[in-house]
Amino acid sequence: MSGEFMRDEMIEARRPPDARRGIWRWFHRNLFNGPINSVVTVVTIGLLAWGLWPFVQWALIQADWIGDSRQACSGEGACWVFISARFESIIYGFYPEAARWRVDIVFALMAGLLAWLAIPRVPGKRWAAVIAVIGFPIAAYVLLLGGHFGLMYVPTREWGGLMLTLTVATIGIVGSLPIGIVLALGRRSNLPFVRAVSVVFIEFWRGVPLITVLFMASVMLPLFVPTQVEFDKLLRALVGIMLFWSAYMAEVVRGGLQAIPSGQDEAGKALGLGYWQRMGLIVLPQALKLVIPGIVNTFIALFKDTSLVLIIGLFDLLAIIRAGLTDSDWLGFATEGYVFAALVFWVFCFSMSRYSQYIERRLQTGHTS
Amino acid sequence: MSRSPSGDRVALWRNPTFRALLLQGVLLAALVALIAFIVGNTMANLEARGITTGFGFLDERAGFSIPQTLIEFSGDSTYGRTFLVGLLNTLLVSAMGIVAATIIGFAVGIARLSPNWLLARLAGAYVEIFRNIPLLVQILFWYFAVLQALPSPRDSLSLMEVVFINVRGLVIPDPQPLSGFAATPWALLVGIVAAIALGIYAKRRQARTGQALPIYWLGAGLIIGTPLAVFLLTGAPLEWSIPELKGFNFSGGVTVIPELAALWLALSIYTASFIAEIVRSGILSVPSGQVEASRALSLPEAITLRKVVIPQAMRVIVPQLTSQYLNLIKNSSLATAIGYPDLVAVFAGTTLNQTGQAIEIVAMTMAVYLTISLIVSALMNMYNARTLLKER
Repeated sequence: MSGEFMRDEMIEARRPPDARRGIWRWFHRNLFNGPINSVVTVVTIGLLAWGLWPFVQWALIQADWIGDSRQACSGEGACWVFISARFESIIYGFYPEAARWRVDIVFALMAGLLAWLAIPRVPGKRWAAVIAVIGFPIAAYVLLLGGHFGLMYVPTREWGGLMLTLTVATIGIVGSLPIGIVLALGRRSNLPFVRAVSVVFIEFWRGVPLITVLFMASVMLPLFVPTQVEFDKLLRALVGIMLFWSAYMAEVVRGGLQAIPSGQDEAGKALGLGYWQRMGLIVLPQALKLVIPGIVNTFIALFKDTSLVLIIGLFDLLAIIRAGLTDSDWLGFATEGYVFAALVFWVFCFSMSRYSQYIERRLQTGHTS
Repeated sequence: MSRSPSGDRVALWRNPTFRALLLQGVLLAALVALIAFIVGNTMANLEARGITTGFGFLDERAGFSIPQTLIEFSGDSTYGRTFLVGLLNTLLVSAMGIVAATIIGFAVGIARLSPNWLLARLAGAYVEIFRNIPLLVQILFWYFAVLQALPSPRDSLSLMEVVFINVRGLVIPDPQPLSGFAATPWALLVGIVAAIALGIYAKRRQARTGQALPIYWLGAGLIIGTPLAVFLLTGAPLEWSIPELKGFNFSGGVTVIPELAALWLALSIYTASFIAEIVRSGILSVPSGQVEASRALSLPEAITLRKVVIPQAMRVIVPQLTSQYLNLIKNSSLATAIGYPDLVAVFAGTTLNQTGQAIEIVAMTMAVYLTISLIVSALMNMYNARTLLKER
């Protein structure tokens, strides 16, 4: 029954009413709806033009990108040659060139593991976690430090750059999370002495700046151990960082523990489970899932604060760039150096904060308790 | 106690009370052993290095100078004095930072909620940029990339030939009180007390008669007007020392050293990005029903804001704001990276290097920050108890 009355093509969509249409309408609604808003818009555009445009011109348009020596810098805009000329040392520090492939492997392993852990669709999270907490540190330790399996020994004083920053950050988080969990459990324990010790420990580290902790780790820690024990400078910093951040981690985890209804714990008791079984099988899995955003935020703060190790003489990303600025061939490139350092840190921290927001949204759609 | 519900005896190690005691006993023993181990090693190490412990060094002559001090300090002063100088400098930059960060943070936080798309996005960009860059990078950037690029004293940028900016800092006129100036601060105090009294009276009057006084204008008039009137009546006993270029440097005026300026800028801008988020979440946390209800009561917008939104938002904002202030105070210790003479730079830096009294000095420095933290937390708890939602 093919009819003359049947259409065989779609009617073209009609234009929306004029009042709701087009870019001008959008402009009107969002930027110029009223005299005050119009003034604000104009002032904001003026500010942007005054502040942002010279920066764009300096950083991109008039900048020098190609070359390998100072002669490549025209002096009109930024000279990114300063960065590209020392890019290798920014990534690897003083790590011997012949062994840099080992750092690359660790980087690749880390990226793979992170993707495995961070992308919710990929299965086998349990295995990923086991590998990340046990397998990866061992592999990274063997590869980075060397001295075994015919690998050249690279002392930690030759470590540096982005590689050191990532090492400190990773060990910081992997170390402080378990200590933080134990402290959080301790703070909620009903054994008075355990609780008191946890509270004092947490409040002490939260009350002092990280710098003084690093000072303490670098000048006092060697006094605390027998004279014959040699304490690596990096190890000292790591101990300080771990103790410091475990207190913050404990507070994050405690927030999660408080959000779990006590009925969960009581149900565990009714089933005859012991303390560690209840915590490990019932309470902690739920609590930790709740506080993933908080843990990521703590990790962002930890990552930013790894830059402080430059004060006790370790050569992290920032310190390497700073050291490059004192090179007599490259005096006067402080702006380029610090803008680049800021950019690298920003990319890492911003992506982590976006990830934490994404997880937060994902968790919100499910049941939360 | 050692009987199960069915009456059988249970093994001692299954008794909860015993287990609790045992666990805590083991923890105590472990802690004592650790402390004994540390103290023993430290004693042995200190003896091996020939360092005598104790706080006697605080009375020794320091012998170094400090570029910015709020109190009298010279090379002949003691190490104890370096502690005070550093502490005051830390408090100075913290106070300056808290004021500036609060102003910028509130402005940006409110701007993020603006109906103006561009302004809201700009404020959002500010937050995302500055809170994701380490504070240390920002401090170094302001100090080495911006302030070190300023001209030399000879080619200073000047504002009306009174304020000068150059690579050595910001030079501003210095007020010199003459005799008779002392009356003005007292007048200010009187003005403040009068304003508070007026406020109490106005509140009672409004409760009684329903009529409101323009209390903000009257109060501001009292606080500003009284000292101003006294100042003028006593013949304006204040002289300005105007900075003047003499040779290679300025004489007269007060110099704000670039280290302070860089640290202040970085601390304020960094902390403001966190405060902005706190302010935004605080305002958003007030349920829209509250605003709608006050509109239904036909309260004016300004009153709605002042009496309905802000008090409820503050309940969310203030605790987080306090912890940001604490962070700012702790972060001011990064001063040591650019050589601003704060507590950590002067005391835990120079003094530690000269005396080698690591334990005493690090402990004193940590104690200062701990004390500040504990005092602020205590104040915070008092505030929380006062503003707690009164639930019935």
